[in-house]
Amino acid sequence: MTESATLSSIVTAVRNRTVSATTLAEEHLQRIRLHDQVPGQEINSFLSLAEERALAQAGAVDELARRGDPLPVLAGVPVGIKDVLAMRGAPATAGSAILKGYHPPYDATAVAKLDAAGATLLGKLNCDEFAMGSSNENSAYGPVRNPRALDHVPGGSSGGSAAAVAAGFCAASLGTDTGGSIRQPAAFCGVVGLLPTYGRISRYGLIAYASSLDRVGPLANSVEDAALLLQVLSGQDSMDATSSAAPAEDYVAAAKDPVAGMRIGLPDEYFADGLDPEIRAAVERAADSLRGAGCTIQRVSLPHTAYAVPTYYVLATAEASSNLSRFDGVRYGHRTENPRTLSALFRESREEGFGAEVKRRILLGTYALSAGYYDAYYRKAQQVRTLITRDFLQAFAGVDALLTPMTPGPAWKLGEKVDDPVSMYLADVYTVAASLAGICGISVPSGTTAAGLPIGVQLLAGHFAEAKLLRVARAVEAAENVSEWSAH
Amino acid sequence: MNDTHPDSAIEAAAAVTLDHVRHVAALANLQLSPEEEPRMQRDLNAILSHVAALNSVDTTGVPAMAQVGEMLQGEAVLAGATLRLDEQKPSVDRAAVMHEAPETDGRFFKVPKVIER
Repeated sequence: MTESATLSSIVTAVRNRTVSATTLAEEHLQRIRLHDQVPGQEINSFLSLAEERALAQAGAVDELARRGDPLPVLAGVPVGIKDVLAMRGAPATAGSAILKGYHPPYDATAVAKLDAAGATLLGKLNCDEFAMGSSNENSAYGPVRNPRALDHVPGGSSGGSAAAVAAGFCAASLGTDTGGSIRQPAAFCGVVGLLPTYGRISRYGLIAYASSLDRVGPLANSVEDAALLLQVLSGQDSMDATSSAAPAEDYVAAAKDPVAGMRIGLPDEYFADGLDPEIRAAVERAADSLRGAGCTIQRVSLPHTAYAVPTYYVLATAEASSNLSRFDGVRYGHRTENPRTLSALFRESREEGFGAEVKRRILLGTYALSAGYYDAYYRKAQQVRTLITRDFLQAFAGVDALLTPMTPGPAWKLGEKVDDPVSMYLADVYTVAASLAGICGISVPSGTTAAGLPIGVQLLAGHFAEAKLLRVARAVEAAENVSEWSAH
Repeated sequence: MNDTHPDSAIEAAAAVTLDHVRHVAALANLQLSPEEEPRMQRDLNAILSHVAALNSVDTTGVPAMAQVGEMLQGEAVLAGATLRLDEQKPSVDRAAVMHEAPETDGRFFKVPKVIER
């Protein structure tokens, strides 16, 4: 089975017994053991393997296949899970030393849904600590390397989720996206990354970073695979009050609908100074191919785009300062040695357990919420969030989807931005606005730079408009595959 | 920390002092090392000077948005505004939960004495 076989072809092969789920699981586990930790070239995408659970699941799927029973839709599909999601049979560290050795006694809803759909859960994927970062260099368990260019970052915070798919260690993965953490690493590693609408997929069992922004979503080799995963993962969950009752659609079928007649907007503000010319060219190529497929392309304006990054960093850090107060060394995770008092237990456990970026964001968020600053920062940012969301609602009154660059430039080199938090934050300029507005989006691979680094283009659609989003994404992907063929 | 008028707070923020850093760290239950304090001061000032751009946005009469559900009003179904029924259900097994605690007697989480006799 090739590394980029589609999910449906894997399920078909397992059903026809041309390959067993157990063989697939063993092959993938072996590939990870051999290639994820090669000294000096560590991709370091997996933090732990859940061998026992994976082989038990694969064995159960094979037994169904042997009996000729109907197989669930992801039967035998090897997947990886970002380490911010709870999964029985594996630790959940969130990339933090403060949760070293923590074993959650339950499954996150998204994990349980993949399990129920017959997927083989291989293990847990590296990420920036508590999903805070854009390069995966903030993990307490070491950075992840980009499998497409080992001296480059894979993006973050779902860097392990993107790298593992790109390296062929799993057929698909779960990531989370608070300010771009699925889409940006997908673009850097040359895979598809889907940000579902806020409320589309339950977050129960997700270690919270910023609750009004956090979303769970799939990373995969193709738009069709992402659509299938979305179909499995969507739906209301009584354990997450923010999950929506909007019915899940047949996203796989919807993605195959023709795009002729659809209206695509190019937001002026996403093509300003600082955009790498090779990425601009990739977006223009995607626009041309959509035009060729019968779409109309028009310019639109999202006037508050420039304020998205500061708005995001006020709101996300404020929420983080509250969410991360639960890590106190009492009920789980790291506790300092011999604390003299209860308050020393809290302070010292947190000081020892949290990394620099997490402390920076907790401090910033606490500052923004503190007496005298609440209105100037937190409330102000919430108001600007309304304006940013209105920009999108207005744009989607005139177009079906927006086409933009995913990132201002391709993956940067490991270590290049670690000492400059502001420049790292500014790299999120094309991702955070959609996060604030709660709309859906996707990163679709769109060729490489002359230096061979993957490029992703971003498509955005309105709330619960995933069917439209996937249709356009598939058209961009199809055009890209054709041009790749003709280039070879 | 000085009482600052909201409108001037963002400008004033361009100068987060070491005392601010220590005060906020205490509020957040963080014990920064002497090496970390000036680094955090430098980073907070750099970030806040970028955040100051928000000051130029006219937000008069604009409602604050806590999460997107509020923008989908009238579509409560979409907005995820439903709460589950308040029913009694078994919770996660206590032994499994206590197993994760750094210090426990099996029934309670143990912490240093809060009140000395």
